[in-house]
Amino acid sequence: MNMLGKSFLGIMLSLSCAVSVQAADTLMMATTTSTQDSGLLEFLNPIFKADTGIDLKWVAVGTGKALEIAKNCDADVLLVHAPAVEKKFVEDGFGIDRRQIMYNDFVIVGPKGDPAKIAGKSTADALKAIYDTKSGFVSRGDKSGTHNAELKLWKASSLTPDKESFYISAGQGMMATLAIAAEKGAYALTDRGTWIKFDNKQGNANPLKIVVEGDTALFNQYSVITTNPKVCPNVKTDLAAKFEDWWVAPETQKKISEYTLEGKQLFFPNAGK
Amino acid sequence: MGYFSDGFQNAVGLLLHMDDATTSAISATLTSTGCALLIALTLGLPVGFLLGYTQFPGKRFCRLISDTLLAFPTVLIGLIVYVFITHRGPLGQYGLLFTIPGMVIGQAILALPIVISWTAQAVENLDSRCRETLLTLGASPVQVALLCIKEIRYDLGMVCVTAFGRVVTEVGVAMMLGGNIRYSTRTMTTAISLETSKGEFAQGIALGLVLLLIAFVINLLMAWFRRKGRLA
Repeated sequence: MNMLGKSFLGIMLSLSCAVSVQAADTLMMATTTSTQDSGLLEFLNPIFKADTGIDLKWVAVGTGKALEIAKNCDADVLLVHAPAVEKKFVEDGFGIDRRQIMYNDFVIVGPKGDPAKIAGKSTADALKAIYDTKSGFVSRGDKSGTHNAELKLWKASSLTPDKESFYISAGQGMMATLAIAAEKGAYALTDRGTWIKFDNKQGNANPLKIVVEGDTALFNQYSVITTNPKVCPNVKTDLAAKFEDWWVAPETQKKISEYTLEGKQLFFPNAGK
Repeated sequence: MGYFSDGFQNAVGLLLHMDDATTSAISATLTSTGCALLIALTLGLPVGFLLGYTQFPGKRFCRLISDTLLAFPTVLIGLIVYVFITHRGPLGQYGLLFTIPGMVIGQAILALPIVISWTAQAVENLDSRCRETLLTLGASPVQVALLCIKEIRYDLGMVCVTAFGRVVTEVGVAMMLGGNIRYSTRTMTTAISLETSKGEFAQGIALGLVLLLIAFVINLLMAWFRRKGRLA
């Protein structure tokens, strides 16, 4: 082997030995995609680090998977948004110290032509109209918080669209789901943050618009939970307690309300309320 | 088409002023790929050589298995390793999930069949008369084996770069086992996936172009090995 081959092997070897050093005060969080994709976590993380000295690492997945990760003891804390599922998670003994920290809201978006004529209706009436007119509807279909919320809304209207041909189960993230709805001229339920980003990217070419909003049924609550240390002894309880206290602290709550996307406030703090 | 021109501009920008996020993604990519390759080569080269060089009952079946594993879906590898290294899994006490070593395990498994099959293939492609001639000239079995290894040295270079190319570009294992954690296990491919899910297509394309550049360097090496092999 000549010089080039040797230097190639040399590079490979030196890379292999460059093992990253783990900081002692690292907290592992499993969270939902909306907190990451909206940019909120990147905004708050440096503040959290400065306030507590804790290195926060996170994996952003659907709420369902996030809870599953915590059940397997692979995360110390959770930041998720599916209250009913979370309460069951805590009742089943997998989590402790669930505290609500903030909310935002869901909106139903659809084609600008609004084929099912649902603009301005209540959520329940809107879903019924979509169902009756067989207008396309794209579901996340991934057990995420948004998917859970959507299922709850269908259930509240006593409708089961699951097997209907107009109902598209995407199995993807929010942004991808909106892209599918735009391509297919279908309706979708989305969190407002992802919608603002999507709308901004599409500009005037956006074939979708908000058709239903402001209904109390579209309220979207976020909470933090600590993985139960009795089930998972590896959980860093002291750091997790600091994490939870930090989220509900008045200064943090103020910071949450200061975060904007394209000039619009995304999350509304409501700790202790 | 705006995405492509924006993406290209972003890529040039990324390469000129490497920000922390990009350097960290490149270093995570190269570290995990490098380690995975090192493990796969250490285990795979001897096994592949023996598989191609020796005769034994069931040899063809072993080759068949190894060739089939070339098509092992990365997400399935990711899932299987996940089940083993989660805290509730058999290897849970080592805390490997969502770390670079965790990713390395999956990627080494991905690279292993490539190393084994291609090494065995290289040995089998050797002219059988060469071995017979060496034996008639009175070479000991050890000498014959060593000369065979020398004969395929450039093929082995190809094996390295092929396996490297496969691992460096995969996303399934890195996403499932690494978890796409910023400044830690976020690789080039999982970063692209994230930018796409955020709707930042131009940034995704920019990262993709940087990864293509890395692949280009790999292919330069591959072309060099191929030419060497032909000249030798």
